[in-house]
Amino acid sequence: MMRREIPLFITSVVGFIFVIRFFIPHEPFYSLEDVSSSWIQVIQAFAIWLGILNLLKVSLDKIYKKERGWGYSGVIIFSFLAISIAGFFFPLWEERPAGYSYLQHAREFLKPGTSFDWFYWYVYSPLSSTMFATLAFFIASASFRAFRARSFQATLLLLSGFVVMFGSVPVGNVLFGWLPAGWQVSDIADWVRNVPQVAGQRAIQIGIALGIISTSLRLILGLERAHLGREE
Amino acid sequence: MSQPNPSAPTLGPGFWEKFALLDRRIIFAFIFLGLALPLFYTIRQPIPVSPEGRAYYQSIENLPAGSKVLLSFDYDPPSSPELQPMAEATFKQLFTKNCKLVVIGLWPQGPQQAEQALATALRDPRFKDKKLEYGVNYANLGYMAGNEIVIQKMNADIISTFPSDYKGNATASLPIMRGVRNYKNFDFIINFSSGFVGTREWVQFCVDRSGAKMIAGNTAVQAPENYPYFRSGQLKGLLAGMKGAAEYETVAGQPGKGISFMGSQSVAHLVVILFVILGNIAYFVSRRKW
Repeated sequence: MMRREIPLFITSVVGFIFVIRFFIPHEPFYSLEDVSSSWIQVIQAFAIWLGILNLLKVSLDKIYKKERGWGYSGVIIFSFLAISIAGFFFPLWEERPAGYSYLQHAREFLKPGTSFDWFYWYVYSPLSSTMFATLAFFIASASFRAFRARSFQATLLLLSGFVVMFGSVPVGNVLFGWLPAGWQVSDIADWVRNVPQVAGQRAIQIGIALGIISTSLRLILGLERAHLGREE
Repeated sequence: MSQPNPSAPTLGPGFWEKFALLDRRIIFAFIFLGLALPLFYTIRQPIPVSPEGRAYYQSIENLPAGSKVLLSFDYDPPSSPELQPMAEATFKQLFTKNCKLVVIGLWPQGPQQAEQALATALRDPRFKDKKLEYGVNYANLGYMAGNEIVIQKMNADIISTFPSDYKGNATASLPIMRGVRNYKNFDFIINFSSGFVGTREWVQFCVDRSGAKMIAGNTAVQAPENYPYFRSGQLKGLLAGMKGAAEYETVAGQPGKGISFMGSQSVAHLVVILFVILGNIAYFVSRRKW
């Protein structure tokens, strides 16, 4: 019972502190919010470690059980160890500035020229950029297959897509340069982005905000308990 | 599905039915050529500047000389082709106006991206005589975990939120941080972001609460969700994707990577549009009874 009530109590108190602080920006709520924020920050920092340990556990499990794709898990473990060793232990093999202790030197792992920096710019950066860049190819292929004028709404979407795509690159105005001033394809694209798109975004954002408010209230009042897991 | 008619012209239903099932590797090859080939040529195209791009430039231009500006780098290398040109050009414009710059990152990779952009800006011969000094003219406070909580805490006390800088110096010891307590001590805030945590959180937790003035540079995918903030005046300017970077470089008179990459983007857009048109022709012809 206490396993559910204590977390509910903490959720409620912290939630109320943030709500009250918003409406009464004075002491003691000001300091209370600051302390709560620091706690959240500490928890989030620990969550990074939790994520790392979980990733390692899942990957090691996969390798141990020789599950499908276990080789990729090996790459994860290898990459993790390589960049961690480069970050934590580079002072062991790199020249230490005069008068620097190991820890002082280790704190400068981000400096240009360190092993960690090398990994960042010559391994991590190109690999992650490559992963992201492949999206261009898949988007092109998906557009070819899915972007069809099957209905009135789909046709409208297709046309506005064309306008925004032409309007987002200078070549659009070159190809449609014969259009009157103020009606250039980039002007129409600007209008699409700033008027109908903004109207849609506002509707979505207002909907999200209302959803967040109602969910937060349910959490603060203890009505929403899904985050605590199943009741035994 | 209709059967191919042997008496139909060459581009009859048989052809289009096959075309509708085109191997995606062919599309990949066209996109690859469309993106890669323009990089080897200088394609000069007039770049129209959008109102939000012009507002971004003008907001910085309107700052009094020597203003203190906070810049948050909330992106990682995959987004750097879009955001790095904006960051480099922004640093150059700010240094031209002798602004004092404080950089932070809410993404772990952000401060490293900022260091690279700073290094590029500082190589500009225009700033050689200014003798820009770390800690005096600019500083990088590094990354702090906590997402929007960090933005909120900075509203109370920036130095306790970032006790040491990127290089390990005590933040309070930096001359640029003298007299800085919270957002009220900054004349302007600039955010470069490609997702969460990013511009939306900066508007909600910083602009709305402290009344700070802010502009943002976003990836093209992220920008649409922040257009309402530009329209409402919560953002004073907004750059969207590589086009935004090219617009800013154009209006600032600083041609850079943004403009040079527009050739590739133009051709790639044309290729996608062409394939979508052909895909639709294939769809309608295949549906037709021959």
